[in-house]
Amino acid sequence: MPTSIPEALNTLSAGLILISAFAMVATRQVQGVLRFFVFQSLLLAASSFLLAHGRNSVHLWALGAITLAAKVVTIPWVLRRLLPGEFYERREISQAVNIPASLLLALLLTVVAEFLTGPLVATVRDPVIRVNLPIGLAGVLIGAYSLIARREAIPQLIGILAMENGAFFAGIAIAPELPIIAELAVAVDVILIAVVVGLLTRNIRQTLGTTEAGALSELKEDPLAWR
Amino acid sequence: MALMAILGIPLLAALLCWVRPLRRVAWGLTVAATAATFALATYISAEVIVGGKVVALPGWFEADGLSALILVLVSFVCALACVFAGGYMQHEEHAGKLRLWWFYANYNLFVFALLAVPALAEPNLTWVAVELVTLFSVLLVGFDNTASALEAAWKFAVLTIMGAPIALFGFFALFWTYRSATGGAWETWDALRSAASSMNPNLVKLSFLLVFVGFGAKSGLAPMHTWLPDAHSQAPTPVCAVLSGIKTTVPLYVILRFLSIVLASPAARLGNWMIVLGLISVGITAFLLLQVRDYKRMFAYSTVEHMGIILTAAGLATQTSDFGAVSQILNHAITKSLCFYVAGLILLVLGTREIQSVRGLFRISPFAGSMLLLSSLAIAGAPPFPIFLSEFSILSAGMRAGQYTAVAFLAILIVIAFVAIMLHVNGMVFGKPATLHSAKALPTSCRFAVLVAMAPVALLGVYIPAPVHDLLQLAAQQLGGR
Repeated sequence: MPTSIPEALNTLSAGLILISAFAMVATRQVQGVLRFFVFQSLLLAASSFLLAHGRNSVHLWALGAITLAAKVVTIPWVLRRLLPGEFYERREISQAVNIPASLLLALLLTVVAEFLTGPLVATVRDPVIRVNLPIGLAGVLIGAYSLIARREAIPQLIGILAMENGAFFAGIAIAPELPIIAELAVAVDVILIAVVVGLLTRNIRQTLGTTEAGALSELKEDPLAWR
Repeated sequence: MALMAILGIPLLAALLCWVRPLRRVAWGLTVAATAATFALATYISAEVIVGGKVVALPGWFEADGLSALILVLVSFVCALACVFAGGYMQHEEHAGKLRLWWFYANYNLFVFALLAVPALAEPNLTWVAVELVTLFSVLLVGFDNTASALEAAWKFAVLTIMGAPIALFGFFALFWTYRSATGGAWETWDALRSAASSMNPNLVKLSFLLVFVGFGAKSGLAPMHTWLPDAHSQAPTPVCAVLSGIKTTVPLYVILRFLSIVLASPAARLGNWMIVLGLISVGITAFLLLQVRDYKRMFAYSTVEHMGIILTAAGLATQTSDFGAVSQILNHAITKSLCFYVAGLILLVLGTREIQSVRGLFRISPFAGSMLLLSSLAIAGAPPFPIFLSEFSILSAGMRAGQYTAVAFLAILIVIAFVAIMLHVNGMVFGKPATLHSAKALPTSCRFAVLVAMAPVALLGVYIPAPVHDLLQLAAQQLGGR
C-alpha cells in the first residue's frame, strides 16, 4: 500500500506514542512519568500537525496547537506551581504489581486493543485510521491500567491524562472535523483536571502528610471491621 | 435567549462570590441566582410544552422535552439545596471554615455545569459539560478537609474522571460512523438519531458500550458504583442532596440519549442488555442496603438502586416504560434531595451518622423524626408517594412488554430494598433514645427547605398537574421507545 510521507511519519509517531505509554508504566520516579507524558503529548501534537498538512485541515492544525499549549506547556506548569519540588523526586517503591509484570500486562492490553479494533478497521481503506485506532485504544487501556496499579497520586493523575491522549490519537484519525470550540473546551477541561486533582493532592498532603493514594482506605462497607 | 441566560446566571454569580466586598453575601447571591435559574427553567419548560422545542442558537443551544425536564429538576434541587446550606453550613461542623464564599463560588460553577449538560445540543460540548460537572463537584466533596472526606473526594475524582476518556472514545466512534453515513453534516442529538438507521450498527453498539462504561461510572451504575456511597456520605449534606438527587441523573441523561440512537438503529439491539445491567445495579444495592450502618450511605445506595430502575425501564423500550423512566427521574430527584435534607437535620440534632446511635428520634426532635419517616417511606416506594406510582408503571409496562422474568426480579429486589430501608428507619424513628439529648434548635432555613421539598413529594403521588404530565410525555418521546 503506497503511503505518503506525512502518513509514514504518523505511523512512526504512533509507535513512539505506544512506547511512551509503556515507559510511563515502567518508570518509578514521579518526575520521569511526567516527562514521558509531555513527550507523548508532543507526539500527539506532531501527529495532528502531520495529518493537518496531509489533509489540509484547519481543525487538525488547531487541535495540534491546542494540544501543545494545554498538555505540553500548561499542565506541567500547573503541576509544578501546585506541588513542591521534592514531590517530583519521589520514587514509588511499592506498586500493586511489579514492573516486569506490569509491562507484560500492558503488552497484553495492546494485543486486546488490536483484537477489538480488528473487525472495525478491516473494511477501512484509510491507512491512518488503521494505525491510529488500535494504538489509541491501547493508549486508553494502558492508561487505565496504570491508574489501577499506581499508588502515588500524581502518576494516577497522569494515567488519566494519558488515557485522554490515547482517545485523541484515535480521534484525529476517525473524527478530525470536531468544531474548534469543542476542541478548546476539551483543552480547558484537561487543564482543569490537572488543577482540581492537583489541589486535591495538595489538600491530602497537608491533612494526611502523604500522597500515597493507596494509603487512603478507611471508607469501606465491611460490616465487621467498620469503625 | 432564556437557554443562554440560564447558563450565564450561575457563571455570573460565581464571579460575584469571588469579589471581595460581596463575599459576605455569597449565600444570598447564590440563593437569588439559583432561584432565577429555576424561574427560567420553568419558563423554558412552558415554552417546550407549547412548541415541543426551544431553539436559542441552532445546533448549539436547544431544549426538547427531556432536556427541559432535566433543567427544571437541576435548578429546583440546586436552589433548595442552597437554601438548606444557609443554616447548615454555619453549623458546628463547618463553623471553622471561613471560606464559605469559596464554597458558594464553587457551588455556582457546579450548578452551571449541571445546567449546561441538558442545554447543549452539540454532543462534544455535552461531553465537556459532563466532565465539568465532575471537576466542579470534586472539591465540594472534599470541602470538610477531614481524612475521610478527602479520601472520598479522591476515589470520586479518580474513578469518575477515568470514565471520561473512555466515553470520549465512544463519542469519536459515533461521529466516525455518522460522518461516513451522512457525509459530514453538523451533529446534534436530533441529527444523530435521524441518521441512526444508515449508520454502521457495530460502531453504534461499540460507541454506546464505551459511553455506557465511561458515563455509567459517573452516574454510579453497578459495578462502577464503589465511589458513590463514600462521596455521597462524606460531602457536606447540601452537596449530597445535589449529588444524589440530580448529579447522577445528568450523565444518565447522556446515556439515555445514546440509547435512543441505538434504538433508532434497527440492527443494533441492546435493550435486553440494558435491562440486565439495570437489574444488576438494583440487585447489588438491595442487599448492600440491608447491611448498611450509616444513614447517609443508606440514601446513597438507594440512589444506585434508582439509577438501575431507570436504566431497566429505558431498556424495556416501550412508550409506557419510557414514561415510567422519566417519571422515575423526576420522582427520584425530588424525593432523594428531600431525604438528604432530612439526613442533614439529623446530623445537626445528633451529630452522628451511624444508624445504631440514632434511636427514638421522634422523641428527641419530632420535626426531624416525622420528616425522616415520611421521606424514607417516599424513597422506598410506599403509596401514596410518587415513587410508588412510577415504579408501579414501570412494572406494569414490563408485564405488557412480555418481560416477565425481568419484572419478577425487579419487583422482588424493590421489595427487599423497601424492607431494608424501613427496618433501619424504624429503629431510628421509634425506639428509646439512648441518652436524652438536649435537642438543638434547627435553623429556620433548613426547616423551610425541608417543608418546601416535601410539597411536591406529597402532591405528585396523588395528583399530577397537566403541565407536568405534558412535560413528562414530551420527555418520554425522546427516549425512542416504541
